[in-house]
Amino acid sequence: MNAKIESFSGNLIEFRDVSYHINDIPGRAVISGVSLAVPLGETLVLLGRSGSGKTTLLRLINALYLPSQGEVLVEGRPTAEWDVIRLRRGIGYVIQEAGLFPHFTVAENVGLVPSLEKWDRQRTTARVGELLRLVGLDPAEFADRHPRELSGGQRQRVGVARALAADPAILLMDEPFGALDPVTRTELQKEFKALAGRLQKTIVFVTHDLREALLLASRIVLLDTGRIAAVAPPQEFLRMDHPEVRAFVASLGAVPGAPV
Amino acid sequence: MNASPSYWSFFAEHRAEILGATADHMMLVVIAMLIAMAIALPLGMLIVERPALRALSMGIANIFQTIPSLALFGLLIPIPFIGGIGRRTAIVALVLYALLPILRNTYVGLSGIDPAVLEAAEAMGMTSAQILFRVRFPLALSVILAGIRTATVITIGVATIAAEIGAGGLGTFVFRGVALVSDSLILAGAMPAALLALLSDCLLGLLERRLRVA
Ligand SMILES: Nc1ncnc2c1ncn2[C@@H]1O[C@H](COP(=O)(O)OP(=O)(O)OP(=O)(O)O)[C@@H](O)[C@H]1O
Ligand SMILES: [Mg+2]
Repeated sequence: MNAKIESFSGNLIEFRDVSYHINDIPGRAVISGVSLAVPLGETLVLLGRSGSGKTTLLRLINALYLPSQGEVLVEGRPTAEWDVIRLRRGIGYVIQEAGLFPHFTVAENVGLVPSLEKWDRQRTTARVGELLRLVGLDPAEFADRHPRELSGGQRQRVGVARALAADPAILLMDEPFGALDPVTRTELQKEFKALAGRLQKTIVFVTHDLREALLLASRIVLLDTGRIAAVAPPQEFLRMDHPEVRAFVASLGAVPGAPV
Repeated sequence: MNASPSYWSFFAEHRAEILGATADHMMLVVIAMLIAMAIALPLGMLIVERPALRALSMGIANIFQTIPSLALFGLLIPIPFIGGIGRRTAIVALVLYALLPILRNTYVGLSGIDPAVLEAAEAMGMTSAQILFRVRFPLALSVILAGIRTATVITIGVATIAAEIGAGGLGTFVFRGVALVSDSLILAGAMPAALLALLSDCLLGLLERRLRVA
């Protein structure tokens, strides 16, 4: 899949007038009329309040959900037509609660997709070591631990390493730094920004923190009750006068000493 | 009941018989447990995603559990092929009793897994079979074992009653003892049965704790 994606020139991900209803009940739209294109190499940040539909939008990309209306294209092909197993193995996914496998060690967690893809042991071990170092965890110390022996922040780092394991072209990240103290969070955001620059991935990153969005995004998409309220690069975003945008910008000002 | 010296001498004199009955008893339990597991484990996996089948199979297993054991043996005797007097009928009854704890715990264990873990597994492109055998099953193992442990202890107890329909085992001594009003005979059956139950409870409990994750 990688080779195919690299040669793919259009939009890697595209939403075409997508709606999603829980259990296909029309009255309960969680996503309504979303159209959006994500070109190769972009870091798109989905911003929105709790319950605005951010996680749902991510799940529509890796076919955990299929659209009730419209279509989601990955690599130009609707998710409904993909072999979902192939599709998902090519998409790294960091979920909101880390979701590490409690019965696997850190190394086994990170090496899961490589093992599913039948890499040989040596290659997997080398890759796991490389990734753990990349997210700032010493393999000698952490590789053989179980998730219960990690702090929340370390778990999230492992979650990021696991998503990167098979070098997917697309990375979906659902509040990957949610459970962290502000200091570690800022550090990880900066590390991640540097990493994203180096890795050349197409990233869709979910947050409800405007500051995080401003730091990481090439474009910000603001979701409001399942609809797109605004799409703009960070600096432009700050100047928009949509009320939901203003609400988010005002929340920045509410933090003492926050740079706006 | 007083475990007087006469009991111990009785035990010593009839050692061979008692050991033989204990072996028969264990055989009965092992066969019944293997059959019950062969039915309840796959069925438990199957009902995780099928609510209708779940209600039906748990309901049926529940009914067997509520029938008193003597009554169940009695009900089975007239049934052709599986019924009659002897070991086969006893094994059928023991299997029916063992089903519910194994089935229930298999279902509870497999379905009680952190949704975030299952979502991660699905999102990483694991097939349903891979999710079942590499994620759900290992995570549910200690709960499933707890069910097997409960079923084993129940089966050891109920198997004593199986002697009533000629299945042999330690119950033979108990029933003979009741008929002859002999404490020694009753104890010769009851003590080894109790020891067997305690021992398997301990060993399986140990295994269960070793397999527990997180
Ligand atoms: N399985 C479901 N059944 C019913 N409602 C659901 C289900 N999944 C999501 N929803 C609803 O859909 C809406 C959007 O949910 P979603 O998880 O996408 O929000 P979110 O933007 O990710 O929120 P948060 O920031 O709190 O994670 C919410 O109102 C939620 O209650
Ligand atoms: Mg969410």
